[in-house]
Amino acid sequence: MVTASPTRPMSNLWRMRSYIRPRLWTMFWMLLTAAVGTAAGIAVPLVVQHVVDGPVRHHQLAGLLLLGGLALLLGAIEAGLAFIRRWTQSAVALDTEYEIRRDLYTHLQRLPIAFHDRWQSGQLLSRLTTDLGVIRRFVSFGLIFLVVNSATYVTVTALLLHLYWPLGLVVAVSAIPLFLFSKRFTHHYLKTSRLQQDQQGDVATLVEESAQGIRVIKSFGRRRHMGRRFEHAAGQLHDTGVAKARLLARTWAEFDTVPNVTLAIVLVGGAYAVATGALTVGGLVAFVSLQLMLVWPIDSLGWIIANGQEAMTAADRVYEVFDQRPSIVDRPGAVAVPRKEIAGRLRFEGVGFRYPGAAQPVLHRIDLTVEPGETMAIVGVTGSGKTSLVSLVPRLYDVTAGRITLDGRDIRDLTLHSLRDAVGMAFEEATLFSMSVRENLTLGRADATDEEIAEALAIAQAEFVHDLPWGLETRVGEQGLSLSGGQRQRLALARAVLGKPRVLVLDDPLSALDVYTEALVEEALARVLRGTTALIVVHRPSTVALADRVALLADGEIAAVGTHSELLATVPEYRAVLSASADLSEAAR
Amino acid sequence: MKRPDRSRRRRGSRLGRSWTAAPPAGGTNVQDLAIDVDTWRGRAAEEDAERTAAERGSPVRLREGSRALLGSLVRPHRRALLWIVVLLLLQSGAEMAGPYLVKLGIDNGIPPLLHQPRNYDVLIAVGIAFGVATVAAYLGKRGFVTLSGRVGQAILFDLRNRVYRHFQRLSVGFHERYTSGRMISRLTSDMDSISELLDGGVEDLVLSLLSVFSVAVVLLWLDVPLALVSLVLFPVLAGLTRWFQRSSAIAYRHTREAVALVIVHFVESMGGIRAVQAFRREPRNEEIFEAVNRNYRNANVAAWRLIAVFSPGIKLIGNVTIAIVLTYGGYRVMHGETQVGVLAAFLLYLRKFFDPMQDLSQFYNSLQSATAALEKLSGVIDEPPAVPEPARPTPLPDARGAIDFTGVTFAYRADRPVLPELDLHIPAGQTLALVGATGAGKTTIAKLVSRFYDPTEGTVRLDGVDVRDLSDEALRRAVVMVTQENYLFSGTVADNIRFGRPSATGDEVVAAAQAIGADEFIRSLPEGYDTDVRKRGGRLSAGQRQLVAFARAFLADPAVLILDEATSSLDIPSERLVQRALRTILAERTAIVIAHRLSTVEIADRVLVLDGGRIVEDGPPAELISGGGRYATLHQQWEDSLV
Repeated sequence: MVTASPTRPMSNLWRMRSYIRPRLWTMFWMLLTAAVGTAAGIAVPLVVQHVVDGPVRHHQLAGLLLLGGLALLLGAIEAGLAFIRRWTQSAVALDTEYEIRRDLYTHLQRLPIAFHDRWQSGQLLSRLTTDLGVIRRFVSFGLIFLVVNSATYVTVTALLLHLYWPLGLVVAVSAIPLFLFSKRFTHHYLKTSRLQQDQQGDVATLVEESAQGIRVIKSFGRRRHMGRRFEHAAGQLHDTGVAKARLLARTWAEFDTVPNVTLAIVLVGGAYAVATGALTVGGLVAFVSLQLMLVWPIDSLGWIIANGQEAMTAADRVYEVFDQRPSIVDRPGAVAVPRKEIAGRLRFEGVGFRYPGAAQPVLHRIDLTVEPGETMAIVGVTGSGKTSLVSLVPRLYDVTAGRITLDGRDIRDLTLHSLRDAVGMAFEEATLFSMSVRENLTLGRADATDEEIAEALAIAQAEFVHDLPWGLETRVGEQGLSLSGGQRQRLALARAVLGKPRVLVLDDPLSALDVYTEALVEEALARVLRGTTALIVVHRPSTVALADRVALLADGEIAAVGTHSELLATVPEYRAVLSASADLSEAAR
Repeated sequence: MKRPDRSRRRRGSRLGRSWTAAPPAGGTNVQDLAIDVDTWRGRAAEEDAERTAAERGSPVRLREGSRALLGSLVRPHRRALLWIVVLLLLQSGAEMAGPYLVKLGIDNGIPPLLHQPRNYDVLIAVGIAFGVATVAAYLGKRGFVTLSGRVGQAILFDLRNRVYRHFQRLSVGFHERYTSGRMISRLTSDMDSISELLDGGVEDLVLSLLSVFSVAVVLLWLDVPLALVSLVLFPVLAGLTRWFQRSSAIAYRHTREAVALVIVHFVESMGGIRAVQAFRREPRNEEIFEAVNRNYRNANVAAWRLIAVFSPGIKLIGNVTIAIVLTYGGYRVMHGETQVGVLAAFLLYLRKFFDPMQDLSQFYNSLQSATAALEKLSGVIDEPPAVPEPARPTPLPDARGAIDFTGVTFAYRADRPVLPELDLHIPAGQTLALVGATGAGKTTIAKLVSRFYDPTEGTVRLDGVDVRDLSDEALRRAVVMVTQENYLFSGTVADNIRFGRPSATGDEVVAAAQAIGADEFIRSLPEGYDTDVRKRGGRLSAGQRQLVAFARAFLADPAVLILDEATSSLDIPSERLVQRALRTILAERTAIVIAHRLSTVEIADRVLVLDGGRIVEDGPPAELISGGGRYATLHQQWEDSLV
């Protein structure tokens, strides 16, 4: 009956079969136990018929006991098989859910930053939890009962036809209204179910923002404002829920009516048949008992169809993510170059970059060479594209024009692994996870030795971690000790320099440091930079001192390249950007 | 029963072991957690940090709390619930009529047909009764599902809002412990499990209970000895139910905790995706996710296996009862003690008795899951705000902005005081700069004024009123803090600025941006003020975000403005602009400025140099520079750095 649904959602749910396939045999056995169990259940009314027509009428106690024992055996088999099915089923459904969730997470980690910029994480989260829960319910119950109940329906109807065909035909024909009801229901329910899932994602997004922006909300006293926003979102979810209930109410009530009407017809017709001698009384009792066995499968069909539809839209939503191809991947023939073999000559050749979906490029015609061991500072006003420029080096984004080469080789011809292994990076906002300091420092470099960690900490002047209650094992980040902005930044810097990367990309790495600490970091950093190619975004003249040369970025283009003193002397825009003197910045405007 | 070890303290192999290979497909065997959760997450001051106070208490108290919460949720819907019960009775009555009508049809309807002339009266009456019952069942069902859907959604709506609002009321300190991921988990995943119950569970639960009881009554009325025989296994049933109730309550509590861990890890790794990719963290994250995901799966399997025992158990009891009744009933019919029709009705009713029990077990399952979720939520709602609003707030109509610290001590942890004892008077309108090394207590002073925390001892007063006696609204109208964090919400640039004063007009928003020097860059964005800043303001650079945050604070127009490292990401021209703007903005209000760049400090009327939570220098900047103290040294260093 589910075939009445549109093709596309169905096909996405169908695609999930690859997760079921390894468990196909288990599923088969589950179905078999379900079928045999149901058959055992169906057999009981037949036993009843024999009891009424046989031993009871002819006063045979032995026969009665025998048939009673048979009923007991059949009942025990039915229960035993149900146990086996449920026991296996729990593992099958939960393993399926677990695997899809794992693959989804793995896939999400491979998707480029551009994807994550666009997608609200609440929407991703609701796919990972709520939608997978719906699919799990379908795999565990909906799917099985769809098959079992359909089989029950067919078997019972066949038996009824065999028992007394005119009434059996009545039961068989009752499938037609069921089909019509479910067809109409499907049409409306798919839309509502999808709407609800999307709204759940919106609520999750709002919750996430409210949790992460709690300090801003508190400091502006916008508790009630946010409360109203949340209420609005929750209200939409509420309205959709009510609409959904209304749809279900109508359909479920209709589904219930069908077996009731059929039963009435069967009883009246059956009584007449008994009167005419076409059917025995025992036969009628058996017929009615058998027919009553159809009530639950039919009733539950309404629920199963609803569940199936939710699973379809959930599968849709999940595949929306799976169908995003990771755009930043190893090119065919990409080579892995060990870190030691990289000299570190970094070249931008006619590089242009435009964010996906943006009309204007952020960067155009960037030509810039950083020699091995050279430190290049990138200077420019807020919004001139500095961060975008440095994000291209570890391929967080790919260039949209031109190319970037490392030792003459296009960075896209290096494996991502070896490129990111060679490039160390610190962002303007230090991201710390709620894990131990050690784990935060080593991130991808689990093999870092204690000496390397100590060295990195020394360079970043982050030795304060030794004074934390449990040193390197102290949990920091959201859930752990709150660190000051400066401390966070120094940890992020230590993370970047850990393990001596060949190319160092630092995005305004010292902004939150006080002057004294900054001087110490600069001194230590200068030693590291001597042997490392580096690209550093800077705002302050003091940090520029670290650089061998400076590139001035203006409106997405390189306006000038030279040493600090050269540029200071010859380029007025440079003076405007970097000089502390207010008069000069006035003059440049 | 094999229960997977869910101990979070388990010592497994530490780092390095590769988990990247998927476990064998179809692997139903329970693998232990190979990730040592302790090592990876590191140690925290309190291991129970992420739990609410109620969860740290006894499970009994937890259950009581969740019951009280449930009661308060349901109470407003008493009238609707009454209707729901009426509709249920209608529906269930109509459904119960079926087997009885079958009995009437067979016992009373057939005999008149067997003799000429055939009398159809009884049979026709039965047919009509069936028709009436069907219509009643239809109306009952439709009305019930509609109404219970409406009530269920209203309850969910109420609960969502309550939990959300309470989260907003809880202190920053609580949020830092509890983490955003856990809050998300409470408001999404836990809500899902409650909604799953409300979606269909309650209906079947109540209906099943109803039909179980009414069937028992009907059976007793039909034939007492036979009825007593059918109830012989009832104690077994009760025992089985009790066992299930107890063990599943525990099992579902575990699943709620396990799913929270999944969500926490997911939210963190997606939030920090740049760092994850740049540092090739993906394989390690997969290992960790593998562990928390498997942990959640195992917790679920444990819970599901309980029902795998419970539900067939009920079926077995039902089937055994049917066999007994069949034999004993047949025996009675044989001896003329009862009629065939009674036996038939009995067997049919027994199905009606045990089939709903099956449903009951199914929905009992979602009930337990929802109860566990409700416990977690009631734990949140019962968490007392560490920084509570006063019951009777002192009004503060026009804040001038005088701040007083009297004997203030503060410690995040008892053994490490951050502020030993502070006395400080900041007259209204003064711009005060706080200078000192990391850990000197600068940010703590700011957080005490903006009441993110309350002092351990002593009082902080605004215009002579203890900040603890001010309503949240009054305090926030008077005091606004801008940090280096600059969290932006998704929405347009204008929306984010308007966050400072939601009632502001478009012109006021633009005026605020102009005053702070942000107008120019905003206009250069593709859609100007209507540009979507995207997730966490990702569309803007850090400096631009900081400018928007400044405009937001300016629009709020507070009497006291606190700037905590608020200019650190700005380039020099922007900083100059902001500073020039600050001279006018701060002129008529109190300001507390924390900045490493002394260029920002220069505009202050007064500088405090802090060390270990104590004031070591206090005076106007010019005076301190000439005084040759610490500030003079710092100033010298800063001037040197400008070269």
